[in-house]
Amino acid sequence: MYSNNRQAQKRTKIEGESMRNDIILAGVGGQGILSIAASIGYAAIETGLSLKQSEVHGMSQRGGDVSSHLRISDKEIFSDLIPQGSANMIISVEPMESLRYIPWLASEGWLITNTVPYVNITNYPDIKDIMKEIEAFGNHIALDAEDIARKLGSARSANMVMLGAASPFIDIPYEKFEKGIRDLFGRKGEDVVSLNLKALKAGREFTETHKGL
Amino acid sequence: MEKLLLLGDEAIAQGAIDAGLSGIYAYPGTPSTEITEYVQKSKFAKERNIRSKWSANEKTAMEAGLGMSYTGKRAMVCMKHVGLNVAADAFINSSITGANGGLMVVAADDPSMHSSQNEQDSRFFGNFAMIPILEPTNQQEAYDMAYSGFELSEKYHTPVLLRITTRLAHSRAGVKRKTVRAQNEIKLPTNLTQFVLLPAIARKQYKVLLGNQKNFEEESEKSEFNKYYEGTDKSSGIIACGIAYNYLMENISNSNCKSPILKISQYPLPRNMVEKITKECETIIVLEDGYPLVEQALKGYLGNCLKVSGRLDGTIPRDGELNPNIVGKAIGMDGAQVKPAPGIISPRPPSLCAGCPHIDSFNAMNEVIAIYGKGKVFSDIGCYTLAALPPYQSINSCVDMGASITMAKGAADAGLKPAIAVIGDSTFTHSGITGLLDAVNDKSHITVFILDNGTTGMTGGQDSSATGRIEDICEGVGVEPEHIRVINPHRRFDKENVEIYKEELEYEGVSVIIPRRECIQTIGKHKKEQKSKEKV
Repeated sequence: MYSNNRQAQKRTKIEGESMRNDIILAGVGGQGILSIAASIGYAAIETGLSLKQSEVHGMSQRGGDVSSHLRISDKEIFSDLIPQGSANMIISVEPMESLRYIPWLASEGWLITNTVPYVNITNYPDIKDIMKEIEAFGNHIALDAEDIARKLGSARSANMVMLGAASPFIDIPYEKFEKGIRDLFGRKGEDVVSLNLKALKAGREFTETHKGL
Repeated sequence: MEKLLLLGDEAIAQGAIDAGLSGIYAYPGTPSTEITEYVQKSKFAKERNIRSKWSANEKTAMEAGLGMSYTGKRAMVCMKHVGLNVAADAFINSSITGANGGLMVVAADDPSMHSSQNEQDSRFFGNFAMIPILEPTNQQEAYDMAYSGFELSEKYHTPVLLRITTRLAHSRAGVKRKTVRAQNEIKLPTNLTQFVLLPAIARKQYKVLLGNQKNFEEESEKSEFNKYYEGTDKSSGIIACGIAYNYLMENISNSNCKSPILKISQYPLPRNMVEKITKECETIIVLEDGYPLVEQALKGYLGNCLKVSGRLDGTIPRDGELNPNIVGKAIGMDGAQVKPAPGIISPRPPSLCAGCPHIDSFNAMNEVIAIYGKGKVFSDIGCYTLAALPPYQSINSCVDMGASITMAKGAADAGLKPAIAVIGDSTFTHSGITGLLDAVNDKSHITVFILDNGTTGMTGGQDSSATGRIEDICEGVGVEPEHIRVINPHRRFDKENVEIYKEELEYEGVSVIIPRRECIQTIGKHKKEQKSKEKV
């Protein structure tokens, strides 16, 4: 797995001769995907990179499907939206929502998703079928982020577990993510910061070791 | 100068603050809400005593902004595209009175109707008013335009329209600030009849506006926001407006596209630049987010003046928001291969939150509808519009702010029994009160439900302008006190609430039922605020 991740990093650098990560964040309105976006954003700025991040406000926030397009580069970024077929990864905090954005993913892109379903509709598909679709996807990381977070102290830091799991695929040094979390959660106190740092680390370890191929 | 990470909306707010803004006036509406919220939350704005509370509606906001401009100070008025319809009377006439202190009107359009009932293009309103229009390409331009737009406004004593779309409003990027400018002092207009639109004066003022058209065009010609990029391939030229320019550059920045490009971000159209590109290129493709305003202008009525392609000839879909894929296809660039999403995904439409008071209001409503029959509920704009969807399917209309009461009245006048209106507290104070007065004056047989959750819910829980005074307003308008019923919309009281619904539906006059329980989203927020207050 780790060697794969190295390859993933190399790939973006060789092809464009410049650094670019296009990330789709996915979830359900109210799940707080913007906290992941903000953490990556802080880390990207800290690294001196350009950033564009589109968000969803308004009606869809009421329990509908939501996504955020996050683009990081060392060059000027033009479009606020990621073109279809070109995202490096999808980070989803909900399994069915991870599949909704596959048209945006590049052929060798990564699908990184939480496995806990958020069921607020009557026709939610069988979770087994969803997991089959995810597993059929070559480059995927699927983890129960809530369980990992709960064991660390609070299920509320599940989003930072997801960020940790995605972090090896993002061309930003790990310590910048830690700094990002300190900046983002600093005013909530040291306990919250340290819980989220632990969650970040646990997510990263999941990707690096648990799935070690 | 300092670099900030800002939404397009926030960049506009920061630009205005730094340009010496004295007051911002607005009613919340996606995607414009965050402009005013940014000013409300800004410590710097507070120190500078910038006025920023929510207005009752876009018309009152526009008029208050004009009043501040009258005194010589700089004012900004913000709204979503359909809000400009509400403010239109004041807006159009403000172009005739002209401005004194800088006056900038921001309209945030919503192509693809992410959170709106239409996708009208506010540039047409700007043209209609015959004032300069600014349309930023990115967050930095949004800041720069908010900053320099006031100078343009003061130079020609004209209001300026700043038009953005959802994507820019709600996307974040780094923004460099400019030097902070002091606010203007009060300085009344030199001509104290300028704002008196009596016919004799209005005719004069209108000539001033007409005379300014040439100046506005010259400003567009030399604007830093409009740019002509020479190209060697004259077979086709590209005109890209506002955010469409980003989608174009996304496609061609690493390609060998040699077409001449005209980037337009300030209107009226820069005539010489447009003439140059149309003269030197065999065909023109127009990329614009919204309606085909520029395309239509170039094509002419019969469409035979120039070879122009865009939304009108199907090169680009006639409706909906642009994106990099649509633009790429239009200019003949092959996009990356796209895998379809698996078929098992279910749609996940927005829904009322768990614990929302509207849920109980509509469950009771459906019990009553079962008795009186479907098709008699006129509703309005807000979270409760979601009651049109399953599992409720209770409401039969959602048109414009306040239309529930007046449509129910019209239907009652026609003999529909019962005629029911459902409106939220904030929408009621925005545009429902005058309609209620009409109904009272006619003693129309309607029952108005004012769902009072104490906030403007859909846009994120902004203050509602008459919290705690709804029944007083109804009584003041002339609804009989015994037919103003305040209830607690909760399952526990369902049985007695349904009885009250039935009693008032039977009353042959205007009755008002106010189901009152706080929005589940703001309860938490308010509790937190209360706690921190207690700590202090």
